[in-house]
Amino acid sequence: MSGSLLDPTAPLTPSGNLRRRQVFSRIAESGATLAAVVAVGVLAIVIFAVVKNGASALSLDFLTKGAPVGIGPAILGTGLIVAVATAIAMPIGILVALYLTEFAGRRATTQIRLTLDLLNGLPSIIIGLFVFGLLVDHKQQSAYAASVALAIIELPMIARGSQEVLLLVPGSMREAADALGISRWRTVLKVILPSALGGIMTSTVLAVARAAGETAPLILLCSVFDPRSFSGHIGEAVPNIPVMIFQLSEEGNPEGFARAWGAGLVLVAFILFASLGARALLARSKRKLSA
Amino acid sequence: MSATASPGVLEGARAPKSRSGKRRKQADRIGDRLLYGVCLLAALLTVAVIFVVGYQVVSHAMPAISKFGLGFLVNTTWQPNFGEFGAGSLLFGTAVSSFMALLLGAPISISIGLYLSLLAPAGVRGLVAPLVELLAAIPSVILGFWGILVLAPFVHEHIEPWLHSTLGFIPLFGPAQTTGSSMFTAGLILTIMVIPIIASISRDLFLAVPRDVQDGASALGATRWEVVRGVVLPSTASGVVAASLLGLGRALGEAIAVTQVIGAGSTIKASLFETGDTLASRIANQFPGALTELHKASLFYLGVILLVIGLLSNLFAQWIGRRFGYHGVAAR
Repeated sequence: MSGSLLDPTAPLTPSGNLRRRQVFSRIAESGATLAAVVAVGVLAIVIFAVVKNGASALSLDFLTKGAPVGIGPAILGTGLIVAVATAIAMPIGILVALYLTEFAGRRATTQIRLTLDLLNGLPSIIIGLFVFGLLVDHKQQSAYAASVALAIIELPMIARGSQEVLLLVPGSMREAADALGISRWRTVLKVILPSALGGIMTSTVLAVARAAGETAPLILLCSVFDPRSFSGHIGEAVPNIPVMIFQLSEEGNPEGFARAWGAGLVLVAFILFASLGARALLARSKRKLSA
Repeated sequence: MSATASPGVLEGARAPKSRSGKRRKQADRIGDRLLYGVCLLAALLTVAVIFVVGYQVVSHAMPAISKFGLGFLVNTTWQPNFGEFGAGSLLFGTAVSSFMALLLGAPISISIGLYLSLLAPAGVRGLVAPLVELLAAIPSVILGFWGILVLAPFVHEHIEPWLHSTLGFIPLFGPAQTTGSSMFTAGLILTIMVIPIIASISRDLFLAVPRDVQDGASALGATRWEVVRGVVLPSTASGVVAASLLGLGRALGEAIAVTQVIGAGSTIKASLFETGDTLASRIANQFPGALTELHKASLFYLGVILLVIGLLSNLFAQWIGRRFGYHGVAAR
């Protein structure tokens, strides 16, 4: 160190303790970067495996025909279950969000938000057990039982997402409506909801994407079905993609694996497009509201 | 209402005593009440759901609870054919796989959070952050399927023998078994599942650390790591703990993916490479084929245990979030 002090032409590089600290810092930085690379790498590996193994199974027949050939009935079944679930969860979720932003006091807001967070953190298998006890025990499995379970899973997501967007609606719009003597419910229906609609829709799409892949409750509620045809009857179990993948994966027969990969590709493609698109839209509508 | 509104409407607005105005006022009163009522009802329904879930699960577990009592928690035999049930080995499996996920996942996630909040250039951040969150969007059944066919064979052929030969003196890393279905593989799958949760919350926490405090530390000569170590991590520690608890809650309750890769063993073994089972995966695995009412009730009993553990870890996380004022944690 003293050598470099004596030599005025020596380059200004750290030495000794400072050098050690900087090297350590550099190592820590590379570690953090590596962690991010690992996470993205795992995502890439999983998606690559699904695409590589699933693409060969894909064909028009695979998407439309019944069991030995394709997964048509399962696609329709998942569509039915998720559509009914969303039809239940979306209105309730929006109303809860409205209650939180328009009517509730501070204490009620805290309580209900806590409830929503707990509901969101509830293991989905527990929700499956609950709906089994409520609707299936001593009766038969059904599509609507599955829909009720998925609705409970979607509800907190829709409610929290809508609440966040509703909070972004500028107070000046409410005040303007009040100043015109417009009643609360007209303000909500004609001013607040329309301007938050984009955000509400996107949080609903995110909830749908989550519900579409949910398997644990469906195993208890909607797993005994005929994979060859789709009855469209909501009172009986219908084929659906997640349970089908699960059953095929447990069977351990290579032909079944090929179909499971194909079904997985369909599911993953839907979920990824839905959640990526929803995220982009959400960012846009939030920017629009806060601008 | 625009300025070109018809005279009738204007009159109505000016003279509320007129018939149409009266009707409108009445409609408004009903509308306001109705909207409030419906919103309140929806909110109450949401609160009710939590309690009804608890009630239903406990009441269906009652036969098993009254037969086995609290001894259920430590009894390790699970023999449906003889009507003997105990959750001991499942509690063990749940604890081991979840803590392994947390032990591996938390440091990785916190590093990702640090990278995304402090290191990454804006463009990379905008790309990597959504990708990490997408990891959470992959359905567990697909992750589990991938686990069986891709991860488990790889773990079985490469990672397990290597860990056994280098660290085999620790009983955790026993000899590799016949297949890759093991607690270790389940722990890896759960690690993948907790990473996006902990990473995105901790990124939000780190982003909220005031810039000038960090700059102050840098001005005093701290390196980047020292800023993180001395300023960023201490001021967000409680939030990071809360985030990890939320991740733990996710790992505890995961049923499907774990069922697929854990191998449904029923004994407690020291080695991670042996098969095992967790509370949630046992329910998913045996419920559809439950033999007797007692078998079913015992599975509901597992659900009660899972519900209590899950609610406690979530409540604790929320409590930390509130106590230390990180609303970003509560928002997830």
